[in-house]
Amino acid sequence: MSEDRWTLLTPDLFFSALGETLQMLGVALVLGSVLGVGIGAVLALTRQGGVLENRAASVLLGGLVNLIRSLPFIILLVAILPFTRLLVGTSIGVWAAIVPLTVMIAAYIGRLVENSLLEVPGGVVEAARSMGASPGQILWRFLLPEARGSLILAVTIAAVGLIDATAMAGTVGAGGIGDLALSYGYQRYDGFAMAATVVTLIVLVQGIQWVGTSAARRFRRR
Amino acid sequence: MSADSAGLIEFDDVAKTYPRGAAETVALRGVRLRVEPGRVFGVIGYSGAGKSTLIRMVNGIERPTSGRVLVDGIDIGGLRGRPLRDAQKRTGMIFQQFNLLETVSVRDNVAMPLRLDGVSRAAARARADEVLEFVGLSDKGDRHAAELSGGQKQRVGIARSLARNPRVLLADEATSALDPTTTAQIIELLRSINREYGTTILVVTHEMDVIKDLADEVAVMADGRVVEQGTVLDTFVRPRTAIARDFVTTVVPQGLPDRVLAHVGGEGLWRLLLVDDEVTQPLVSDLITGIGVSVNMLHADMTEIQEHTVGQMIIKVTGEADRVAAARAFLAERVEHLEDVVR
Repeated sequence: MSEDRWTLLTPDLFFSALGETLQMLGVALVLGSVLGVGIGAVLALTRQGGVLENRAASVLLGGLVNLIRSLPFIILLVAILPFTRLLVGTSIGVWAAIVPLTVMIAAYIGRLVENSLLEVPGGVVEAARSMGASPGQILWRFLLPEARGSLILAVTIAAVGLIDATAMAGTVGAGGIGDLALSYGYQRYDGFAMAATVVTLIVLVQGIQWVGTSAARRFRRR
Repeated sequence: MSADSAGLIEFDDVAKTYPRGAAETVALRGVRLRVEPGRVFGVIGYSGAGKSTLIRMVNGIERPTSGRVLVDGIDIGGLRGRPLRDAQKRTGMIFQQFNLLETVSVRDNVAMPLRLDGVSRAAARARADEVLEFVGLSDKGDRHAAELSGGQKQRVGIARSLARNPRVLLADEATSALDPTTTAQIIELLRSINREYGTTILVVTHEMDVIKDLADEVAVMADGRVVEQGTVLDTFVRPRTAIARDFVTTVVPQGLPDRVLAHVGGEGLWRLLLVDDEVTQPLVSDLITGIGVSVNMLHADMTEIQEHTVGQMIIKVTGEADRVAAARAFLAERVEHLEDVVR
């Protein structure tokens, strides 16, 4: 490399940013998927005509999900900072970003999961009830397995959405590839840094989509 | 309850209304029916007659608004939670669209009811293979539902419904999505289940063919009521309501084409129904040589209903008025049923 540094991007900088992005993505996706499946299941089961029909639960949880989904992520990130501090003891760094990322993606996955479960033919639920399946058994043995292909696609869509949101994590000093693009590529006019981050993000999203689509196809078993 | 009484279904003044905004939709208006253990009982009606609601009350998927549905003396509509699920486990059900799981094998579909009961995977699969063999699909256990034909899917549905050895089997339009040949095979399978295990089978359908080949007794439903009920043979020979007659007509034509009727209508145009040995009598030649009338044979057919032969003739008898009356008296003594053809 020459003396006048044609780029500010170093391998160290790049790989630590990539690590931050993958950490945020991985942790928020796992936690958000678990929460999201729970939220989606409650939404699908408590809605009118569901096996655990419950108007209060349905309206409350549905309202909360809508409220979270109404906020652009950058607003959600700063709005829930007190909650974040309460939960992880800090309002800066990767973990401070993971909390709002998880909240955002759990609400998002919740809606997607609700839709996936509602797409399972009503006859399957009817057959389950005719066999004397409990609501828990209907969820675990009928709805979730039958919906698994579309659940995998839902998580895939959510993962791509998460990568989008991690770009804003720089706001709370969480770093990541998106932050690299903004602080080096944009603010310091570093064309190479910009190109490298763009290519990385494209590769990441393509990879996630490819894995998700092939897994869904494999599990759909048609 | 004793083993021989198991499988008794009673509908005691059952009504069902669904709220629809301020108004309500009435699905059932006071249905009384008794299905004896070990019988095959058919309920026939057009869509919207209430028969789907009726059958779903037997396993508690629907609940009566008033009245009671009793299975072996237990009021199903009064059960909630675990007692209801336990009652549901004593009843099997098959569906028009089969309602199989797409993501597990045929064997695991059939094993599912037992898995819900906490039976181990190995034991449930062993039982599944047993039932699959009974329905003639022992080689399809590893397949997925999507790889099977409609008739095979319904066999899987039947195997699944039999996994727990139910005393009652509910069939909701179980052959309506199948072609005639497959329908006949499924009907034969259901009959053999009834024969071998003494399972009470309640069938709802809009196809009179299915009633004819499968059921011992039939109830005709219209607008949420049972309008006619009796043995299948009786209903075919002497339908009492217009709607029952319409259903019988779909299997046994009841009249003549209008153009023919316009030519031959009026006095002496009769429809005769003959059961079993009656069909072998030389009635027409007796009428001509014995009574002295002329006979124009317009239609004749024969069908099997519940192991009885049922023959039908439409004849036009002409001659002196007293001879025609004598012919009528002669026939009335020798056939199951005689009526004027008016339409």
